[in-house]
Amino acid sequence: MSGLDEALNVLRTALGEGVRTVTDFRGETTVEVDPARIVAACRAVRDAPTLKFTRLAGQTAVDYWPDEPRFAVIYQLHSLEKGLRLRLLLRLQGDAPSVASVVQVFPSANWHEREIFDMFGIRFTGHPDLRRLLMPADWQGHPLRKDYPLGYEEVQFTFNFDEIDRKKPYAKE
Amino acid sequence: MGVEAKLGDLGLVTLTLEKAVNWSRTRAMWPMLFGLACCAIEMMSAQASHYDLSRFGMELMRASPRQSDLMIVAGRVTRKMAPVLRRLYDQMPDPKWVIAMGDCASCGGIFNNYAIVQGVDEVVPVDVYVAGCPPRPEALIHGIITLHHKVEKEKLAAHA
Repeated sequence: MSGLDEALNVLRTALGEGVRTVTDFRGETTVEVDPARIVAACRAVRDAPTLKFTRLAGQTAVDYWPDEPRFAVIYQLHSLEKGLRLRLLLRLQGDAPSVASVVQVFPSANWHEREIFDMFGIRFTGHPDLRRLLMPADWQGHPLRKDYPLGYEEVQFTFNFDEIDRKKPYAKE
Repeated sequence: MGVEAKLGDLGLVTLTLEKAVNWSRTRAMWPMLFGLACCAIEMMSAQASHYDLSRFGMELMRASPRQSDLMIVAGRVTRKMAPVLRRLYDQMPDPKWVIAMGDCASCGGIFNNYAIVQGVDEVVPVDVYVAGCPPRPEALIHGIITLHHKVEKEKLAAHA
């Protein structure tokens, strides 16, 4: 895996202590970086002539509630030229999670970050248009958080049929 | 040349206006071209030549709500789609009817979560619920016939 060793060298040169841990699992490399340095990390691996991670294949988040740091934001990078894949990961504290946007580096991050904001409530500073992507604009809460209620209606069985039926908001003509 | 030429003078048929109107409403009830999810596939199948909904005067799926009498809610309705569905219903001219096709439209089905409306009767008044996941075309046709029976018993004053 000489290509990914090169990626680690580039990241260590660019970030120094900003590279926190490196994990290898079944040939997939995950690099945890300092959240404050994520834009520099993306820019470094994108611009290094030996790497050319020009494609953000995906960007997502995970909620590890009730652990702290609660959130992880994950960047799946792909180098079309060198045939390499690299995963960048950062962890965020649960209270008012916020991280710098990478839209300036990868324009395709625009809608990914909007979806992560919509589903997890992680704010991306510097994002040009941070609105909800999937849920209605007036929606309260962020549905993919672990502390978000699963459903909004109790399941109707024979023993509680009438009780739930009374609470059901039927449409008027 | 119709049946009257073959049989000769058939004379008069007397019936109430209510019956005549309700009969005509059931024989040309145009559904709206509106599919939301997998149930729409079964609705298309019911519409196609094998099951042939045109037997019931329903060969026209109207692409505009202003020309439809019947809304077949075929599939799950998300909370984001619900205002759109209600708006389409409001744009349909009276008299109008609604069939909730399938489990998702009837009660949320397997999707008891934040995204799906738990039964489309929270958004529009439903006349007939068709169970199934998805219901076969026969089940949908049975639902439509059930609705026809319901319409035939309606009072004209109810829509006034």
